[in-house]
Amino acid sequence: MFERLSEGFSNALRRLSGQATITEDNVREAMQDVRTALLDADVHRDVVEQFCSSVMKDAVGQDVTKSLRPGQEMIGIVYKRLVEVLGGDASVEPTLGLTPDGTIPKVAPPPTIVMMCGLQGSGKTTTCGKIAAYLKKRGRSVMLAAADLQRPAAVEQLQTVARQVQDEMPGSAMVHCYAEPEKVAEYGKAVGVAVGVCQRALAAAIKAGVDTLILDTAGRLHINDDLMNELQAVRKLLNPHQIFFVVDSMTGQDAVNSAKSFHEKLEFDGVIMTKFDSETRGGAALSVKHVSGASIRFVGVGEKLDALEEFHADRFASRILGMGDVLSLVEKAQTEVSERDAQEMQAKLEKGELTLDDFLKQMKTLRRMGPMKQLLGLLPGVGSALKDVNIDEGQLDRVEAMIHSMTVKERKKPSVIDHPRRRRIAAGSGTEQSAVGGLVKQFEAASKMTKQMAALSASGRMKAMAAGGAAPDMSQLRLKGSSHTSSIRDRFKKRKK
Amino acid sequence: MAFFKSILGKLKQGLAKTREVLSVGLRSLLLGRKLDEALINDLESKLIAADVGTKTTTRLVTQIRADFRSGTISTGDEVLAYLKDELKRLWPEEDRRLRIAGAGPTVILVTGVNGVGKTTSIAKMCSHLRHEGKSVLLGACDTFRAGAVRQLEIWSERLGVEVVKGQQGGDPAAVAFDACAAAKSRGVDVLILDTAGRLQTQDPLMRQLTKLRSVIAKQIPGGPHETLLVLDATTGQNALRQAEEFDRALRPADGGSTGLTGIFLTKLDGTAKGGIVIAIKDTTNVPVKFVGTGETPEDVQPFDPNSFVEALFAEDVPGA
Ligand SMILES: Nc1nc2c(ncn2[C@@H]2O[C@H](COP(=O)(O)OP(=O)(O)OP(=O)(O)O)[C@@H](O)[C@H]2O)c(=O)[nH]1
Ligand SMILES: Nc1nc2c(ncn2[C@@H]2O[C@H](COP(=O)(O)OP(=O)(O)O)[C@@H](O)[C@H]2O)c(=O)[nH]1
Ligand SMILES: [Mg+2]
Ligand SMILES: [Mg+2]
Repeated sequence: MFERLSEGFSNALRRLSGQATITEDNVREAMQDVRTALLDADVHRDVVEQFCSSVMKDAVGQDVTKSLRPGQEMIGIVYKRLVEVLGGDASVEPTLGLTPDGTIPKVAPPPTIVMMCGLQGSGKTTTCGKIAAYLKKRGRSVMLAAADLQRPAAVEQLQTVARQVQDEMPGSAMVHCYAEPEKVAEYGKAVGVAVGVCQRALAAAIKAGVDTLILDTAGRLHINDDLMNELQAVRKLLNPHQIFFVVDSMTGQDAVNSAKSFHEKLEFDGVIMTKFDSETRGGAALSVKHVSGASIRFVGVGEKLDALEEFHADRFASRILGMGDVLSLVEKAQTEVSERDAQEMQAKLEKGELTLDDFLKQMKTLRRMGPMKQLLGLLPGVGSALKDVNIDEGQLDRVEAMIHSMTVKERKKPSVIDHPRRRRIAAGSGTEQSAVGGLVKQFEAASKMTKQMAALSASGRMKAMAAGGAAPDMSQLRLKGSSHTSSIRDRFKKRKK
Repeated sequence: MAFFKSILGKLKQGLAKTREVLSVGLRSLLLGRKLDEALINDLESKLIAADVGTKTTTRLVTQIRADFRSGTISTGDEVLAYLKDELKRLWPEEDRRLRIAGAGPTVILVTGVNGVGKTTSIAKMCSHLRHEGKSVLLGACDTFRAGAVRQLEIWSERLGVEVVKGQQGGDPAAVAFDACAAAKSRGVDVLILDTAGRLQTQDPLMRQLTKLRSVIAKQIPGGPHETLLVLDATTGQNALRQAEEFDRALRPADGGSTGLTGIFLTKLDGTAKGGIVIAIKDTTNVPVKFVGTGETPEDVQPFDPNSFVEALFAEDVPGA
């Protein structure tokens, strides 16, 4: 899946890195792929244009064309920009002179008033419950107010959610629900009634002495003036401390339209992106941020009440670009592998002279960078796939032990390892003979393959890294309970409600 | 389509509040314009803005550009006609018709990701089947989401039909089983089953759909006759994956080729155009059968490629 998603962007990289000299035209051409990648990620076309032109400016300013590694530099520029644009003022503390507590301010006298708004089905009610759970865990009591009088059973839904948070979620603070079920009416017949409900909910919240009041409003279209006026009236009367715009992260180009209108009418303070567990690339985040300027505060990652995460611009940026957290991997690799080492490795690879010693060195370098699972998690597509998988670091230890038990000659030329040698190595490393045989076989196959690959593309050191280090390494990786990597994808999907 | 004739009048009323589904009163980017490169670029922009996606947009625009350069077409009107034709060819009328069982109850299984409008769309189909004089039974197979059963129940009360339900948190397949049995014994014409919203990434939940399907097939031969994917028009490129995965999960056990039989495209009363359905047709070959244009049971129309294409190129005219 991610392979496909990252295609657009990788094309840009390939085109840039495969050339001896890079002209500004090349950069422009590569930008075309970036543009496509962003559009495929559902970023609005106008936002894409503006974004790309600012990236072009950065690229020309930093003179990528003279860079040794223009491809990587370009990715760096695009990524940095994207994080910047998405992150924006995320670190800015909530205004109004309040005591910041997480992203939901605490006020004196209480309650802090939070209002949810957004289109139909975006996830407002569920998110109300998630925020309540989030606050409860931090010792803050909550009252949920059922101000959706329109969607059938919306009140019951919120009441159930409130009860679930109270009964099942960690923390000892109280979670109440304020509702006036008798005010529920058919579509279009209860317009405006929500205003009174919210007012009375506030009175109830004050009386109950809760820390935070959360208003769950009905979903509405941004072009429905009557219903938008209703929200404006609530805003005017209750003056919420935080208004959250709740958006489905699978939203396409239309995100700019709804976000713009909601922001014009309500000036929301923050954005919550829901359903991010959908493998969407979530470009709508960029669109919404662009038209509203409001920061993204939370991300919904499931239907359960604890499936709420704080927003991290870098993670979103990687996802939008469909590239996992490749940059951190590149950075890590750069700190661990010297330029000379990498060149040496590349030369050996091309000549097919890679030895088990080199392999051991690569593997150790790689493992110095962090636990294997975390490293693989940085690769596009692999991270989420490995969420529920246990990587057996012990297996890697055993590989190291086997190589350590080999003679210099054996490490240089694994083909000499015959039956008696195998027995010795197994005994020395405390492993099975078959494991030794397997390692040798896999190493030979991998070095044959990398030799071919190296011959095909004698380029950059990232490739040397990938081929020399990661490839044979990966072939040694056994995922517990599964023997072939195709099941990684299956496992990725194994998320339960 | 007799199914909808009786409600056409109502539809027109409903449409008063939909801004762009009908082209009436809306200016089009294409109509009355001479074709040139600039207009083709605008057209490309419009397709992207309608969520058609880069791949399908490129395919369409490349064709139009080639025809323009070879002199085959020279006006915006011709482009519109070409696109209408293309879509009609993509979605022939017979594909857009609701499949009805030869004998016994017709079963419609309604699926989709979270919050797209499944339950509301069921109320819409129910209402119109009833206008048609058909008897309808509902099955509440969403046993997961808080308030879901109650939501369907409220619709059933408002519409005056029965609903078969199980326990909150219970097995949806058991509800489907009971609903099929009830449909047969009561001799109703159509059984519509609501399901919990699920993301195509949630494997166990997708397998649950496969199971639902086989439970139904065992109870009612030939069923489910319709397996609909409800799709929110505001959805972007992720919809492609939804169509692919739901289609896969709903393939019959005997190796039949079609999983999904149609799409119910909701929320077209907003500003989103739902252009992704064109790309879906390219990749998964699922036709659109209905469009939803509001939150009441009357807000539904049979899918019409003509007005759909017109809406793609409609210009926003304030007050229109
Ligand atoms: N404007 C508009 N709103 C719609 C349309 N169809 C459904 N909705 C609204 O969208 C929201 C979600 O609809 P539901 O029918 O509950 O959706 P669902 O897919 O059953 O949702 P889950 O069961 O929670 O996954 C409700 O507020 C509906 O009123 C439509 O065509 N237009
Ligand atoms: N997978 C997933 N589903 C979600 C998430 N947030 C909400 N939902 C589901 O989306 C649907 C609509 O949510 P709801 O809160 O009723 O939306 P509302 O109409 O905006 O109040 C429900 O089926 C929820 O369970 C999320 O982050 N991930
Ligand atoms: Mg709600
Ligand atoms: Mg539902």
